[in-house]
Amino acid sequence: MKHIRTIINKEWAEVFKNRTVLYTTLLLPLVFAILPLIMLKSTAGSIPDMGDAATTGLPEGFVQSCEGLSGGDCLQVYLVSEFLFLFMMMPVIIPINIAAYSIVGEKTTRSLEPLLATPITTVELLAGKCLAAVLPAIGATYFSIGIFNLGLSLLKISPGVISYVNSPIWLLALLALGPLLSLISTLFALFISSRVTDPRVAEQVSAVLIVPVMGVMLAQMAGVVTLNLTMMLIAIAAVAALAFAMLHLGNAIFERENILTRWK
Amino acid sequence: MIITRGISKVFKIGKKQKQEFTAVDGLDLQVNEGEVFGFLGPNGAGKTTTVRMLTCLIQPSAGQASVNGLVVGRDDTQIRRTVGLLTESPGMYERLSAEKNLSIYAKLYDVPDVDAAVNKYLVMLDLWERRFDPVGSFSKGMRQKLAVARALLHEPKVLFLDEPTTGLDPEAAKTVRDFLYELKNEGRTIFMTTHNLDEAERLCDRVGIFKQSLLAVDTPEALRQRLYGRKVVFHLAAVNPEWVGLVAGQPGVKAAEAVENKLVVSLNEPERENPAIVRALVQAGADIRFIGELRHSLEQVYLELLHSDAEGR
Repeated sequence: MKHIRTIINKEWAEVFKNRTVLYTTLLLPLVFAILPLIMLKSTAGSIPDMGDAATTGLPEGFVQSCEGLSGGDCLQVYLVSEFLFLFMMMPVIIPINIAAYSIVGEKTTRSLEPLLATPITTVELLAGKCLAAVLPAIGATYFSIGIFNLGLSLLKISPGVISYVNSPIWLLALLALGPLLSLISTLFALFISSRVTDPRVAEQVSAVLIVPVMGVMLAQMAGVVTLNLTMMLIAIAAVAALAFAMLHLGNAIFERENILTRWK
Repeated sequence: MIITRGISKVFKIGKKQKQEFTAVDGLDLQVNEGEVFGFLGPNGAGKTTTVRMLTCLIQPSAGQASVNGLVVGRDDTQIRRTVGLLTESPGMYERLSAEKNLSIYAKLYDVPDVDAAVNKYLVMLDLWERRFDPVGSFSKGMRQKLAVARALLHEPKVLFLDEPTTGLDPEAAKTVRDFLYELKNEGRTIFMTTHNLDEAERLCDRVGIFKQSLLAVDTPEALRQRLYGRKVVFHLAAVNPEWVGLVAGQPGVKAAEAVENKLVVSLNEPERENPAIVRALVQAGADIRFIGELRHSLEQVYLELLHSDAEGR
């Protein structure tokens, strides 16, 4: 555990000395929190009494879940449910910045060899590097959600919308799906980072992980899928299984020798 | 302390990894406790690969090796705990301070008192004043000193130094070399690769000349004698060609030749055979100005061995 802590501290000390990475990590949660608030506030003003007409064009499956809400509130809840995907993108995007550079960066600065010459085990090294990327991502996501919730109260958004934000779907997304997505994103980025010779390639390749999250978001917007509790539980189970498999695979495919000697 | 028995390393190369490249071929070596061993060879000879195998960074393809009585491939984590490695490139974390760099490694090596170890080597290597500065602002020599400190934080019994003074200016190289003398005096076992043959001659108890396999291993003096024998140069006022035959006929003389105003004589044991030669030359009327032993440099020995190897292949 001591070695893992040392690696985490080392990664953070190094990564956050780079102002660009620090600002990106801080800016993204702010943008992702403020943008939905602006949209909610502006739509709240423009749809005060549209009644059921407000839900025209919304996916049928979603409208059914709006029982007890006014048309305007239903529209806002629909918007908020889309924003949930934005919040789920954060734990995917932020660790890529850190993890993609993690191994290949050490290769290019030649610091990997002395590091691997220490008694640290592969599991400790990977766990340290993984947590160093995952923890700030989860922290940033919670920070963003905190600002978002604070904004909802300050802007006096409808109680129906606020109760949706505190519903089990959101809580599961934040407490389970977000961290799992973050873990997968980090493991994937670490895997790529250990295989390539250029940090830019690692970042570009790792960024493809955003595609599935965006795909689900677009699918919901198109009415193909509707985000409900069942779907959330299925998503968590699937992502957890994937994360578990990647954890095992990550340790197996991290070949110290190849990483150190293969440059072409 | 370090024993290798026929260790080899074969790398798979090429796009489909179908070709093979032998970097190290059947290395047999023994480095004793407290010895400073110089591992000499041209670029691409396999020196770094050997160091990496012995520090458990890569696994041998064949053969066995042990360090500190621990078996490479079986006790890797324990070996890493008991050896120090100075890599070819310092590989420090440039954004972090010297102190932070060292404290990270002290923790990874499970040093009991991290601060004490870090401070000790910062002071010892004259980096104390710059301890809070980012390593990126350091000169090459300072980085190398810091890398030496990093290799010593956990007080390893065996130290592997991969080209410790390469690329350093003379002053920085001297600082590092002086520190290596201190380590030698502390009785640590040091295995160092270097291209600086003068440095190897001064620092190393024994050297091994290596190019994929070991061409020769011994003390620099013994290698010299093995290749060239011992030669004594008699500096004369003038050389009479007859004196060459006169000297060649003396007991223990293997060969003699005149070079300008000198007689170069190959001998088995100059301490025993010189007086008779001096007497014979003086009786023949030679005016001896100076006598000295002809010493071949380690560089000559090194080049001779490599050329012989190239011709043999």
